Amino acid sequence: MEISNPCFSVLSNYEVMESLKTLKDTKKKYGLRNLATITYETLQFLEDSPCKQQSRETIHAFLTEVKALNCKLTTTECLMMVNDPPTSALHIQLLIEDSEERLTEDQVNELLQIVAKHFPNAPSENN
Amino acid sequence: MFVLAELKDTIRIAPDQFHLKLVEAIRDEINRKLANKVLLNLGLCIALKDIVSLKDSIILPGDGASHTEVLFRYIVFRPTIGSILTGKIRSCSREGVHVTLGFFDDILIPPSALQHPSRFEEAEQAWVWEYPLEDGAKHDLFMDIGEPIKFRVSREIFEESSPIGPPKADSQQASSSAAATAAVAASTQQTEVKTPYRIVAAINESGLGVLSWWDQQNQVAEDGDENEDEDNAEYENDEDGEGAYEE
Repeated sequence: MEISNPCFSVLSNYEVMESLKTLKDTKKKYGLRNLATITYETLQFLEDSPCKQQSRETIHAFLTEVKALNCKLTTTECLMMVNDPPTSALHIQLLIEDSEERLTEDQVNELLQIVAKHFPNAPSENN
Repeated sequence: MFVLAELKDTIRIAPDQFHLKLVEAIRDEINRKLANKVLLNLGLCIALKDIVSLKDSIILPGDGASHTEVLFRYIVFRPTIGSILTGKIRSCSREGVHVTLGFFDDILIPPSALQHPSRFEEAEQAWVWEYPLEDGAKHDLFMDIGEPIKFRVSREIFEESSPIGPPKADSQQASSSAAATAAVAASTQQTEVKTPYRIVAAINESGLGVLSWWDQQNQVAEDGDENEDEDNAEYENDEDGEGAYEE
């Protein structure tokens, strides 16, 4: 086994969920117990998370709008916002490093609005 | 939290798999080999995403199987350091709070990374955040098993775990002689030694920890059984104060 690239790309929770679902649907496997276990457990986790309500289109629209805000967020930060859509200013402060310095109060509010617009069901992660 | 890793391996397809299409046989073989396993310094392997390229299959003298060099991409769980994840509390012990994601269990929040000040409640076997109130008193916030919890990944530890050597004599002795709690601690320690991939997490920031702590609407319902109502009201007011302070 040779690792040629440990991080070819990052995946959003939604993408992982999609691939695992396709994998689960092509069930014909008998001897792959480990695969069945991890697929099942990971899907359980993902279906409990906000990515369940997301789609390729909403994520794309969200990212385009965030980019248009021009607040110079890193890819990782955008990914974290997709995986765990922030619902409060405190939440944004956690996801984005030095958010007090890098973002103005207006930008934080705009971000929250964008989240609410594209991922309306985000708060349901708590229920 | 998930990444796509590009891996290269030579896959052996045994003759009894020859009735399958080569790609199918290879997909199965890769998944059989990697799914639900930790690769050192890579992360927890979840499932095969796609095959990038296949080289020509070869046969080796004395072996009826075919060997194919494959370049493929695998979905791997490896959260970036500093990222925020949401899991559930699996258990609490003197060593800290153990958190599970369902498919990944080896997440520990050490006592030093809990909200300050926290104490371990022996009777309840739970960590408690002693939330300070304005009048100098404190409000106990319990970290009960099963509660959803938000945490920051602060460190990852990979350990080479195989082959498994003989069990260490001293740790066995400890677990047989010591009291029940000590035995539990020793056994967790023992298993931890073998854990190939561990995540050390932290919740010592505002906004992190049990979700209900920061979710004002659910506050009363969550705290209900342990405390009186006036206690809750006091706490809610106080949190508003703290929020203002934080900003």
